[in-house]
Amino acid sequence: MPVMNYIQALNSALHNEMERDPRVVVFGEDVGRAGGVFRVTDGLQSRFGEERCFDTPLCEQGIVGAAIGMALNGLKPVAEIQFMDYILPAYDQIANELATIRYRSGGQFSAPVVVRTPACGGIHGGHYHSQSTESIFTHVPGIHVVMPSDPYDAKGLLIQAIRSEDPVLFLEPKKLYRSARAEVPEEPYTIPFGQAKVLREGTDCTVVAWGVMVHVCKEAVEQAARKGIECELIDPRTLAPLDEEAILESVRKTGRLVIVHEARRNTGFGAEIAALVAEKAILHLEAPIRRVTGFDVHCPFTLDPYFLPDAPRVLLAIEETVGF
Amino acid sequence: MQAPQDRVGTGVAPGAGQTLAPGAGALQSSLRGEVVIAGGTEILRPPPVPPPVAELGPEVLRAMYRAMVLVRTLDTKMVVLQRQGRIAFYGPITGQEAATIGLAYAMRPEDWIFPALREAGVALVRGLELEAMVAQCFGNVRDIAKGRQMPCHYVHRAGNYYAMSSAIATQLPHAVGCAYASKLRREPVVSVACLGDGAVSEGDFHAAANFAGVWRVPCVFFCQNNQWAITVPYRLQSATATIAEKAVAYGFEGVRCDGNDVLAVYETARQAIEKARAGGGPTLVEALTYRILGHTTSDDPSRYRDEAEVAPWRERDPIRLFEERLREQGVLAAAEPEATAAWAKEQVEGAIRAVEGAPPPPLETLIEDVVAATPARLREQLAELRRAMARLGHDPLERSGH
Repeated sequence: MPVMNYIQALNSALHNEMERDPRVVVFGEDVGRAGGVFRVTDGLQSRFGEERCFDTPLCEQGIVGAAIGMALNGLKPVAEIQFMDYILPAYDQIANELATIRYRSGGQFSAPVVVRTPACGGIHGGHYHSQSTESIFTHVPGIHVVMPSDPYDAKGLLIQAIRSEDPVLFLEPKKLYRSARAEVPEEPYTIPFGQAKVLREGTDCTVVAWGVMVHVCKEAVEQAARKGIECELIDPRTLAPLDEEAILESVRKTGRLVIVHEARRNTGFGAEIAALVAEKAILHLEAPIRRVTGFDVHCPFTLDPYFLPDAPRVLLAIEETVGF
Repeated sequence: MQAPQDRVGTGVAPGAGQTLAPGAGALQSSLRGEVVIAGGTEILRPPPVPPPVAELGPEVLRAMYRAMVLVRTLDTKMVVLQRQGRIAFYGPITGQEAATIGLAYAMRPEDWIFPALREAGVALVRGLELEAMVAQCFGNVRDIAKGRQMPCHYVHRAGNYYAMSSAIATQLPHAVGCAYASKLRREPVVSVACLGDGAVSEGDFHAAANFAGVWRVPCVFFCQNNQWAITVPYRLQSATATIAEKAVAYGFEGVRCDGNDVLAVYETARQAIEKARAGGGPTLVEALTYRILGHTTSDDPSRYRDEAEVAPWRERDPIRLFEERLREQGVLAAAEPEATAAWAKEQVEGAIRAVEGAPPPPLETLIEDVVAATPARLREQLAELRRAMARLGHDPLERSGH
C-alpha cells in the first residue's frame, strides 16, 4: 500500500470521486491551473477538464453561493476556500443559506456542498493564516464539520463528504499537509461520520483532541505512559456529528477528562464536550475537567509557539488531573 | 421585435435622468421610444414598436390578465387577514403585478427562478396551488414547507421555484451556480435571479453578477426596481441613474423596461431569457415600477414618503393599463373585468376557507429536515420537550397564541 502525505491523500480522493461521478466539480481560488496554493487539486484540471476543475473569481461568498446553486441543480460541488481565515465573507452563505435550505424548504431542496479549507496554525501564519474557528460552524445545525488528523482518515472522510446528502465543512490542518504520512489505499473508501477513533487505550485519563492536536497529544500521552499514567486518546474526527458515546464511555472508565484544541478557549468546541460530560457522566468524574487550548487572543505571529498547546502543556494538565 | 425599453451594454445608452417619476424626465421620453441620454448626450431612437399583443394570442393575454388580478386579490385579502390578526405578516406585490406576471410568462417550464419577496405571481403561474400559498401564510400543516418560514416565503420544487430567503441578494449566487450546472450539462435551461433595488447594494449582488459575467452562464438577473427598500429611496441606495447600467461593469448587457407594462416586461424578459438559452450569456433586466403599499404589513409608508410621489404611480396601475389595452384590442369584453374580479375573489376566499382551520404542523416536524437522517441528539432534545409538556400539562404553541 502506498505511503501518502495528507495532500496526496486528499488529491487521491478527489481523483477517485471525479473519476467515479461526473457530477463532481472542484473549484476555488487558484484551484484550477495551479492546482491550489497547497497543491491539493493538482492535476485535476488537466485530467478532467476546465469545466469540472476551475479557478473562480476571488470572492468567498460567490464561491459558496454558486456551489449551493450547483448542488440544487444536480452537481456535487467541492469548493475550496483558500484559508479558513478568509471563510467569513461566506459565513452568511454557509450559516443562513447552505445549512438552512433543507429545513426551510420543508425538505424540498437540499444542497450537498463540500467546502474544503486549510485550517489551524503552526505555520508562522499570524492572525490571517492560522485560525481554527470550527466552533462557529458546529453551532449551526444542518452542516457536518469534519477535521481529519491523518492522511488515511483525510481520504476516507473526504470521499464520505462528497457522497454525503448534507453539506460538509471539511477542515484540513495545513501543518499536517506535508508532515503527516500514512499508508493510504489508491482505491476509494469511506469512513462514516460520527465515529471517533481511539488512538491509544488507557484507564487513567481520557484525552480528547482533533487536528494537529492529536499529534501533540500522542507525544504527551507517551510521555505520561513513561511516568506510569495510562491515557486513552480519542480523536472524534467529526465534530458534527460528534461521537458522544465514545467520549462518555471512555470517561466512565477513566473518570478524568482533558480536552485539547488549538482554537481559543472561550466558547471553543471543548466547552461543548465538557458540558456533554458534565450532563451525562458527572458522577463518574474524579477530577475537574481540564481544557488545554489556544489563548483567548488573536493568533500571534512571533509568539505562535506560546499560543499553540504543546506536549508539555498537555502533559502538565494530564498530571494535574490524575494527581487531583 | 423590439419592446419599449432602454438597452445598455451594446453601445446604446441607458435611459438616464435623476427623476424616476412617471410623466416627466428622460425616463418618460425613453419609454415612448424617443430619447435616451448617455453621458449627458441625447440620442435619438427609432420610433416605438407596437407591443406584441397579436403574437401572444387572446387566450394567453387573458390568462396573464387573470393572473394579475388574482395576485392583486390575494394581496388585498391577505393584508386584511394580517390586520385581523389571522396571519402574522404579509409582503404585498400591489402595483408590481405587471413585473411579476410579465416575467412568469417569459419563462419556460424547465427554467429556474430564485425569487425575492415580490415574485409570488411567478409561483402561481408555475403551478403552485393557491391553497398551498395561503397555507404557507398561515404556516399550518397544509403548508408544504411545514410552517418553517414567515408568510410569503413560498417554495415550489416542482416548479423550479427556489425557497425565498429573507436575507437580501443571497439567492443571486445560487442562481448563477444553478445556471453553471445547466451549462455544464449542455441543457437549454435558464436561471432567473430576482432582486429588488435594495439588493444591488449587497455584496452578493456583486459576487453573483461578476461570476455570471466571467462564466457567461445562462442566468438572467431580473430586478424589480420599486424605488424603495423599506424606508430608503433609490437615490440613497445607489448613485447610478439606472440599475440596468450596472451590468456594463460586469461585462454583459443591461436593459431597463417599463415595469408597469406587462407586455414590455414580458418581451424584455423573454428576449433576455432566450438570449441566455442560446448561449448569449447573462442580462440584467431592470423593470422600473413602484411599491404602492408598505414594504410589508410591518411598516407605514405615510411616515416616510409623500403621497404626492405615489399618486402618479397609482395612475399607472398596471392592471388598469393592461385592461385598457386589451379592451382597445378587443381581447377583453366589457363585462370581463367584473367577472374576473368576482372569480378571483372566490378563488382566494375559497382557498382561505379550505386551509385556515388546519392545525399547526405536528410537533415531530420541529426536528425533521435538519440533515438527511435525523440525529439522536435531536430526538433527545424533543423527548425533553415532551416530558416538560407532559409535566406542565400545556402546549407552549397554544399558549403563545401563534
